[in-house]
Amino acid sequence: MNIRIKNQQDFWSGVMFVLIGVGFALGATKYSMGTAARMGPGYFPFWLGTCLAILGAFVALGATSKKTEETTVEKFDWAVVLILLGSVVLCGLLMNYLGVYISVFLLVFISSFASHVFNWKVAAITGICLALFVWAAFIEGLGLIFPLWPTFMG
Amino acid sequence: MELFDNLLMGFSVALTLENLAYCLLGCLLGTLIGVLPGIGPVPTIAMLLPITYVLPPTAGLIMLAGIYYGAAYGGSTTAILVALPGETSAVVTVLDGHQMARNGRAGAALAIAALGSFFAGCVTTFLIAGFAPPLAELAFKFGPAEYFSLMVLGLIGAVVLASGSLPKAICMIFLGLLLGMVGTDVNSGVARYDFGIPELQDGIDFAVVAMGVFGFAEIMTNLELRDQRVDLTDKVGQLYPNKQEFKEAWPAVVRGTALGSALGILPGGGAVLSSFASYTLEKKLSKEPERFGKGHPAGVAGPESANNSGSQASFIPLLTLGIPGNAVTALMIGAMTIHNIQPGPQVMTSHPELFWGLIVSMWIGNLMLIILNLPLIGLWVKLLTVPYRILFPAILVFCTIGVYSLNYNVFDIWVTAAFGLVGYIWVKLKCEGAPLLLGLVLGPMMEENFRRALLLARGDYSTFVTRPLSLSLLVLAVLLVVLVALPSVKAKREEAFVEEG
Repeated sequence: MNIRIKNQQDFWSGVMFVLIGVGFALGATKYSMGTAARMGPGYFPFWLGTCLAILGAFVALGATSKKTEETTVEKFDWAVVLILLGSVVLCGLLMNYLGVYISVFLLVFISSFASHVFNWKVAAITGICLALFVWAAFIEGLGLIFPLWPTFMG
Repeated sequence: MELFDNLLMGFSVALTLENLAYCLLGCLLGTLIGVLPGIGPVPTIAMLLPITYVLPPTAGLIMLAGIYYGAAYGGSTTAILVALPGETSAVVTVLDGHQMARNGRAGAALAIAALGSFFAGCVTTFLIAGFAPPLAELAFKFGPAEYFSLMVLGLIGAVVLASGSLPKAICMIFLGLLLGMVGTDVNSGVARYDFGIPELQDGIDFAVVAMGVFGFAEIMTNLELRDQRVDLTDKVGQLYPNKQEFKEAWPAVVRGTALGSALGILPGGGAVLSSFASYTLEKKLSKEPERFGKGHPAGVAGPESANNSGSQASFIPLLTLGIPGNAVTALMIGAMTIHNIQPGPQVMTSHPELFWGLIVSMWIGNLMLIILNLPLIGLWVKLLTVPYRILFPAILVFCTIGVYSLNYNVFDIWVTAAFGLVGYIWVKLKCEGAPLLLGLVLGPMMEENFRRALLLARGDYSTFVTRPLSLSLLVLAVLLVVLVALPSVKAKREEAFVEEG
C-alpha cells in the first residue's frame, strides 16, 4: 500500500502529537487514577494525553487525504540551532564557575557566529558592551544576586 | 457616582511618582521593541517578569501593560515609515500607511495613527471601567463547573479567532495543558512527570516556555533569512493631517474603536484580528474602495484605532474573570500569581488599587505615548539601522539572565534552550506557540475546577450540561468550532489571513 503524504507539515505535527499524548497518558498510569468523584493525580493528565493522541491521529490522517493542501517541511538550519542553543547551554554551564561577566561575554561572542556576517571585532565589542550593561542594569540597578567572577579568583 | 470615585482612586494610584515612572518605562520599552523587528511583546514581557519580583505588584503590572500597548504603537511607526511592521497587529497599517508616506504625507499618517490610537485608548479605558464591575459580579455566581466551561470557551475562542490550522491549534492547547501538569499535584502532593529532577517538581515556569518558544525560536528563524533592510522614507513632513484627511479619518477612528473593543473582549480577539477586521470594514463601507492601498487615511485610522482598543479591551476578561485571551494576557496572569494575587473577579474587591490603578495607567500611558513619540520619531527610526547581528546576541543575553534570575538556578537556562529547540521545530511544522502558552497557564486552574466540579457532583459528568450557565458556555464553544468548520466560513477565514502571512 502506498499512501502519499501530501501535507508534510501536518503529518509530522500529527505524529508528534500522538507520540507526546501517548507518552503523557502512559506516564499518568504510574499515578493513582481514582474515580471521577475523587480523582487521583493520574486522572486528568491521562485523559488529556488520550485526547491529544486521538486528535493528533486525526491531524496525521488528514494530511494523507487527497483534498489537503500540499506542504513540505522546510530544511532545518542545524548550524544556527547548534551555535545558538549551544552558546546558551554553555553559558548556563559556566555561570557558576566563571561568573556572569565572562559567561555573558562568551554567550555573545559564540552566538555571533550564527550570523551571516560575522566579524571578530564587532562580536567582541558587543560582548564587552553587553557585559557592562548587565553590570549596570542587573547587578547595580536591580541588585540581582549573581556569581560575579570566577570561583578560583575568589 | 461610584464609577467616578473608582476612577479617582485609580488616578491617585497611577499618578504617584513611582507608578508614573514605571508606566513611562513600560511605554518606552514597548515602543522600542515595537520598532525593532524580530522581537515582540511576548518574549519581552517574559524576560522582564522576573524583574517585577522586586517591584510592588501595581508598578510591575503597569509596566508590563505599558510594554504591551507601547509595542502596538511602535509597530505602526515602522509600518508607516519603512513598510516593516514591527508587530503583527501593524501588518495592515503598511498597506495605506506606507503609501501615504510615499506620497509625502508620512507625518500626517503618523499623527492619524497616534491620535486614533489615543482616542481608542480613552474610550476603551472608560469601557473597562464601566463594564468590568458588572462582569465581575456575574463571575461571582460561577461555580467550578462554570469556570471549567468558561475556560473551555476561552481556549476554543482563542484558537478559532487566530490564524492557522484549527485542529493543530487545539492539539497545541492540549499540549500546553499537559505541560501544566508537570510538577507537584496540589491535591495529593504527588510529583508528576518530574523524572526525579527536583527542579521540575515546582512545575515548568511559563516564562521559560515563552522565552524558549517565542524568543529563541524566533531568533533562529530570523537568522535563516539574510538581513533585510529597506530604505527609509527620510522625510516625515508636516505632522498635521489636513482638513480633507481629517474628515476622512475620524469616522474610521470611531468605527475602529467600536470594532476593536468588541473583538478585544472575545477571547483570542485582541489587536491582530481587530486591525484586519477594521481594514476590511472600512474598505467595504468606503465610497471609493479603489483608493485603499494607495494611501487612504481611513486605511490607517481604522486599523490603528482598532488594534489599540482591541489590545486594551483584552484586559477586560483578564481582570474580571481571570481568563487570558492571548499570550500577553496569559503572561500577565503569571505576573499576578508571582505577587500572590489570585486572578479572578475578586481582584476588584481585594486589590482595588491595583485594578483601578492599572486601568487609569493605560489612559495615562496612551497620553505619554502621544506626547513622547511624535517628537521622538526620528530617534526611533534611527534604531532601525541597528544591525541584527548586534541585536540578537543582546536578546539572548536578556533572556538568559532573565531566566536565571527566576530561581537563580542554571537548570532553568537549559530548559529554556530545550524549549527553543522544540519551538524551532514547531515553527517548521507551522504549529503555533500562543495556544500552548494559554494552555500552560490555564492547565492547573482547569484541572482544579474540573476536579472540584466533579467532586461536588459526585462524579456525575452531566453537571457540566445540567447547570444552565455552564451549558450555555459550552454550547457557545461548540458553536464556534462548528461555525469555523463550515466550508463557506473556512474559505473566508483563510482568505482573511492570507494577507497576514
